[in-house]
Amino acid sequence: MRRSMLFMPGNNAGMLLNADFLGADSIILDLEDAVSTAEKDAARILVRNAISTLEYTKSEVIVRINPLDSPFYTSDINEIVPTKPSMLMLPKVSSREDVLAYDELVTKREKECGMEEGTIKFIPLIETALGIENAYAIASSHSRVVAVLLGAEDLSADLGCKRTKEGNEIAYSRGRIVCAAKAAKIACYDTPFTDVNDDEGLKKDAALAKSLGFTGKASISPRHVNAINTVFSPTMAEIEYASEVLRTIKKAKAEGLGVVSLKGKMIDAPIVARAEQVLQAARELGVDIDE
Amino acid sequence: MCDAKICTDGEKMDIKKSAVAGTLESNDVFVEIEESDTLKIEIESIVYAQFGEDIKNTVKDMLDKMDVKAAKVSLNDHGALDCVIRARLETAIKRASEVEA
Repeated sequence: MRRSMLFMPGNNAGMLLNADFLGADSIILDLEDAVSTAEKDAARILVRNAISTLEYTKSEVIVRINPLDSPFYTSDINEIVPTKPSMLMLPKVSSREDVLAYDELVTKREKECGMEEGTIKFIPLIETALGIENAYAIASSHSRVVAVLLGAEDLSADLGCKRTKEGNEIAYSRGRIVCAAKAAKIACYDTPFTDVNDDEGLKKDAALAKSLGFTGKASISPRHVNAINTVFSPTMAEIEYASEVLRTIKKAKAEGLGVVSLKGKMIDAPIVARAEQVLQAARELGVDIDE
Repeated sequence: MCDAKICTDGEKMDIKKSAVAGTLESNDVFVEIEESDTLKIEIESIVYAQFGEDIKNTVKDMLDKMDVKAAKVSLNDHGALDCVIRARLETAIKRASEVEA
């Protein structure tokens, strides 16, 4: 289950060592923005060795490689693909063609390494105005694409607007990303909340993202992980209600009833589907469900 | 070739200039490589009493794998794991050999 995704700087040995113990569902070992140009080689080698050697058992490993307009992405792919991270995060993806360009190199490297083609999944980072407008084309571009992440900092710069805590400037982009991801049947992750000292602001921002349909949220601080996990986990009340919905439906079917209500509200297909999603999330979290 | 460990494509590493890699932060190691007629290894570590020999063996193994026959290699270790020491050595050797990493 992916609720929280935590960015870790790829050239920081201590952080790579501790990354598995910070409670994040996924850790993003970053070779891009968190690494200076002069240290790209060092970070690439360090991340490669870390994934090859350390056992990340609590968190899924994602590596953010460098963008297509940089001189680093080919080396990133050649070094990182053999270590078999779960996913590569592709920065500044603006079109379907961008994803296919990364795919060509990854496929070549997988073949060279005797890996099954398609082993490495992609999570495109959509952080340009063009990327937002092409969100569905990106989300549905390739079977490797299993999720998309909204990157609001670069996007705000591209849009020529100020990034605010309220996030009105990215309201359209959030909605568009969620819709595109759901249409393509993949997961979608919200942009990090960048004020590491504003706990209430983080909770509010994460709750907003969840209410819009995001699957989870990225973070740049380990301090944010627990709050994100809490917001994106089903509450006990939600789990109990979902269980009751399914019990009611089961009973109605047994009794041959076509229409059924619970607490005065008609239970229709979308409510059943939502209840099943809640229970599936609860199962993945190891919650004991009274079915 | 597909080797996730070093990826030097079998190229011999001639140390052509001085180079450094790593940091002095906890869990990291700062590596310096200089040109030399012979192989010299200097290790300073906060855990030298417990792991000095292991660190020395790791350095020798990496130099051997990357075919470095002559160089002065200095390490200032702050509790780096084996995989970190290997990463910083590889980076420093490639930089000193002017090989693209």
